[in-house]
Amino acid sequence: MSTITRRAPTPHAGFVLVAAMIWAASLLAPVVSAAAQQATPTAGARDVILATTTSTQDSGLLDALVPLFNEQTGYALKPIAVGSGAALDLGERGEADVLLAHSPAAEQAFMDAGFGAERRTVMYNDFVVVGPEADPAGIADAPSAVEAMTRIADAEAAFVSRGDDSGTHQLELGLWEDAGITPGGGWYVESGTGMGDTLNIANARDGYTVTDRGTYLSLGDRLDLEVLVEGDPSLLNVYHVITVDPERYDTINAAGGQAFLDFLLEPATQEVIGEFGVDRFGEPLFTPCADNACGVLPSTQATPAATPAA
Amino acid sequence: MNDLWDGLREAIRLLLGGDREVWEIVLLSLRVSLTATGISLLLGVPIGAALALVRFRGRALVVGLVHTGMGLPPVSVGVLVSLLLWRNGPLGALRLLYTPTAMTIAQAAIATPIVAGLTLAAVQGLDPRLRLQLVSLGASPAQTVWWLLREARLPLIAAVVAGFGAVISEVGAAIMVGGNIKGETRVLTTATVLEVGRGNFTTAVALSVVLLLLAYSVTLALTLLQQRRRPGS
Repeated sequence: MSTITRRAPTPHAGFVLVAAMIWAASLLAPVVSAAAQQATPTAGARDVILATTTSTQDSGLLDALVPLFNEQTGYALKPIAVGSGAALDLGERGEADVLLAHSPAAEQAFMDAGFGAERRTVMYNDFVVVGPEADPAGIADAPSAVEAMTRIADAEAAFVSRGDDSGTHQLELGLWEDAGITPGGGWYVESGTGMGDTLNIANARDGYTVTDRGTYLSLGDRLDLEVLVEGDPSLLNVYHVITVDPERYDTINAAGGQAFLDFLLEPATQEVIGEFGVDRFGEPLFTPCADNACGVLPSTQATPAATPAA
Repeated sequence: MNDLWDGLREAIRLLLGGDREVWEIVLLSLRVSLTATGISLLLGVPIGAALALVRFRGRALVVGLVHTGMGLPPVSVGVLVSLLLWRNGPLGALRLLYTPTAMTIAQAAIATPIVAGLTLAAVQGLDPRLRLQLVSLGASPAQTVWWLLREARLPLIAAVVAGFGAVISEVGAAIMVGGNIKGETRVLTTATVLEVGRGNFTTAVALSVVLLLLAYSVTLALTLLQQRRRPGS
């Protein structure tokens, strides 16, 4: 305990120096990445928050589109990947400027409530029902997706649901409803995670699940799951872009949101969407369909899409 | 098991091959977590020292709070910081949500109770006669605290290690307040989550290996400092 009079302070200069150098080096990270970006709009108005579904991130489409958008417009798009339900909720709270979602009924409700300014069709792919090759519920020859769900429930075969209010979850719930079934019991599991994780869980449990084709393809041969039901009109998966109504919150970056909406519908962007995934999977993950130009939606559904909210 | 070996190989390739994106992620992880640890030291050490040295009514309640805070779930911190930083939240005008600064704030909130709790234990673990001796030698209160902290520096370094370890490895708050935005707020833990979701297990393993290497390097540096023979003793 002869502490007090002991030695002059010998701060651990060497260590402090090394720590400071590591820290200083780490400060360079944003400088390096910022140098790659240009800044046309003023700093405060540059950030555009996009709330979108996990499928656009898990499939890698956002990684292809975001740099293009930032480069062309000078905005800094911040994509936040959540389920469609959560994305619409962020829009309703004014925490996002623009949304890319695939939950048509919920989107229409969002527009009807006056939360959105403009809603336009961007692209589509389809949902598929996947399951183990052994197909214990025998759904591969089911005449419809609803019939397939009925067989899964009758067989009480393992089924993994997203359970997260996402667009995929909404579609799955719609199928159960059409089948007149309230799913529950030991065979029905809610993962509460994104599409990629849910597919991994279904894979591990030899279970069935409903997935968008893009995420399924992007996981590729990682999965032992087979596509068992496809092509049913009820499995159509249409993505819409929605700008959040700037009237409700003065914090909304309306110009930035509008720029992203315009960007998605541009012919050049549509071409990128149509080619995305071909190099890796041999087929595109999404079919571009700006403003329903491809006629994927019945015209009654397409017309209100371009109409501003009442 | 193949994934594990492929992951190890991939980790080496990413690091030595100078993969720019991975290095950016590594540097951002370091910057956020080191800054957060630094802030937690500035806040946590005085709090811990004060709780150890000052007696006041309700002290046990505060100490209990600090000890509970040592196990604060990162996701709960994430939710709280999100609510504060939302555009239409109380601090929304700062426009900090989905930035590295937001992640630093959340991580500092996670690490501060850890540092405070361990500082409290370290200072309380000192021989009580030391404080009496210091006071009797005429040390001012500030000098007393300074020398007590010096004497407790070994367990204090352990506090730094624990705080840093907690924040470099957490993912819940980082993904919630950072948004896992490529090139901006993607750190090693959130990138790992994303790669698992994408089914890229090899990359996920590689990123985990990089994370472990990083945590080990920083911790090793601190440990070397801690275990160094103390001159003059």
